[in-house]
Amino acid sequence: MSVHLLPLAGTIIDADVVDYLIIGLYFAFVLGIGLLARRQVSDSMDFFLSGRSLPAWVTGLAFISANLGAVEIMGMSANGAEFGLPAVHYFWIGAVPAMLFLGVVMMPFYYGSKVRSVPEFMFRRFGTGAHLVNSLSFAVAQLLIAGINLYLLGTIIRALLGWNLTVALVVAAVIVLSYITLGGLSAAIYNEVLQFFVIVAALLPLTLLGLHQVGGWGGLKEQITANAGTGEAAPASDQLSSWPGNALTGFGSDFLSVLGIVLGLGFVLSFGYWTTNFVEVQRAMATHSISAARKTPVIGSFPKIFIPFITILPGMIAAVAVTEIAGTKAGDEVTGGAGGTVDYNDSLIYLMRDLLPNGLLGIAIAGLLAAFMAGMAANISAFNTVLSYDLWERYVVRDRSDDYYLKVGRIATVAAALIAIGTAQLATNFSNIMDYLQTLFGFFNAPLFATFILGMFWKRMTATAGWVGLVAGTLSAVLVAFLSEDAFGSASLGVIGISGQGASFVAAGAAFVVDIVLSVVVSLLTTPKPASELRGLVYSETPREDLVDADEASLPWYQRTLPLASIALALVVALNFAF
Amino acid sequence: MSEARPHTAGAFDIRNVIGVLLSLYGVILLVTRLVYGDEGGENSEGVNANLWAGLALLVVGAAFVVWARWRPVRVPEESTSQEDASHDG
Repeated sequence: MSVHLLPLAGTIIDADVVDYLIIGLYFAFVLGIGLLARRQVSDSMDFFLSGRSLPAWVTGLAFISANLGAVEIMGMSANGAEFGLPAVHYFWIGAVPAMLFLGVVMMPFYYGSKVRSVPEFMFRRFGTGAHLVNSLSFAVAQLLIAGINLYLLGTIIRALLGWNLTVALVVAAVIVLSYITLGGLSAAIYNEVLQFFVIVAALLPLTLLGLHQVGGWGGLKEQITANAGTGEAAPASDQLSSWPGNALTGFGSDFLSVLGIVLGLGFVLSFGYWTTNFVEVQRAMATHSISAARKTPVIGSFPKIFIPFITILPGMIAAVAVTEIAGTKAGDEVTGGAGGTVDYNDSLIYLMRDLLPNGLLGIAIAGLLAAFMAGMAANISAFNTVLSYDLWERYVVRDRSDDYYLKVGRIATVAAALIAIGTAQLATNFSNIMDYLQTLFGFFNAPLFATFILGMFWKRMTATAGWVGLVAGTLSAVLVAFLSEDAFGSASLGVIGISGQGASFVAAGAAFVVDIVLSVVVSLLTTPKPASELRGLVYSETPREDLVDADEASLPWYQRTLPLASIALALVVALNFAF
Repeated sequence: MSEARPHTAGAFDIRNVIGVLLSLYGVILLVTRLVYGDEGGENSEGVNANLWAGLALLVVGAAFVVWARWRPVRVPEESTSQEDASHDG
């Protein structure tokens, strides 16, 4: 195998010197922030102090940005291209209600109990068993997802420079490693906020130009209708209305489809993700008051509501305006794309090629690279935190100096990057990365949410029930995925007639139900923890004044949690009716 | 390690960082438009993409810098002395 370090013929995108200038400028800013952060930290606390006094919009944007990675951008545009409007459910039924729930109901527990990570909560509420299961499954999930992010990063480097995928993967991993070690945790929030604006600057012009190209929203609807029903494409009514979303779920019955979206995606998967993902929760925990912590996800929900317009919409446009994607959707095998055969994940890159002039193209590439790296960096740093403190320090080598665990963390970072290169190869076997991700979330997040919410509101739940529920829930999700038609690609057996995203929703639902039922049964057979140990961890054992911020009542309405959350909720309800 | 009086975050104010980067991007797009002439927007069916995007970026970038000047972040005096260096990392 020959290794090419120079651009090859046949790259998807023709980047110019001005594009490289724009990309270079972005990395100069990112590394500059990292270096400044490092220097400032050593001689004064300015950096942290100004960080702490930053208004809530900054932490809210960082909260969103930590999630606005490659998987989100490419995966959602892929969903838009394949399914059309039903993909908005990931935002308006999925993310936003879950974020509001996190801010309004759950954040006071996190903040009040002084718990800094999800595994740590598990340890305090349920002891060793649940903690070990949670830490291990979280660490494994982060490695797999880091691999997906790395794979996407490698494909865009290949599309841009024409390097072969293996070389691109290795180079990308090295870039992310230096990004983590230079920027460190201290610069993370700044970089995430900066990244948010670069991504909007990249995707907003792309969407507007795309709409202009296809003749506006009306023109887009006409062209989708004209192409509907051929090859793999769903009927026009399924693509142009978000409900009942049969094409997305793969269910024949309208009723089951709506039920699957609301319960499977909305309740189990999304609540599981947003309320227990400690990368996200930690952003909110870093604020100065319980009020600011609660407002962080609530403020983040406002940009989140509008992100589908710059991710899903370009995907829908690509499916009619880009020859290669339209051909794929019509059922043809089109050569090209990032993986040799064009698939929906290539939608954005092709749309960029067709619509953006040099200059804007550079901003778009910078935005994608930024998102890919931030996503992978977040996975890897979350992994090394859990590995060095939750696993290594608690179970393997105890009571050593801080320096020792920092060193363990660094080794874990390098090892994680190497393993991610391996899992990136796994990701190539799935045509739609969202399927793969939803499957994973079903395994790890759905039972976690079940155990979490039951443990928070039912003081009788015991330590044994904690780990039994988690293990059984995860296993039942894996079982459903194997029995479905395609949740595990070719490894699935096809015993149960469900496929597509619907299989993920059912697997997640099974995990949730099995977890709850077994937890209740096991709890009734075992001895609960004494009530004195449950303060701050269980609703009924926690004094009300631990859960609210006395100062919040004096703020104007637009700075209070509940009015803001109500506005966000009204907005998503209105959007669900409009589309 | 502690400063005697309150001072502003200055270059570390994230609004300045965002403002400068977006403005620079705006300038680069406008220069690209000048250098390439109409070719710069040729890809997108007669829309002068770089021109409009460049202007928009410049306006948004400037707005962030103006906002940071208008309402500077003040590093509060009392918390400076409560901090220790253990936040490193």
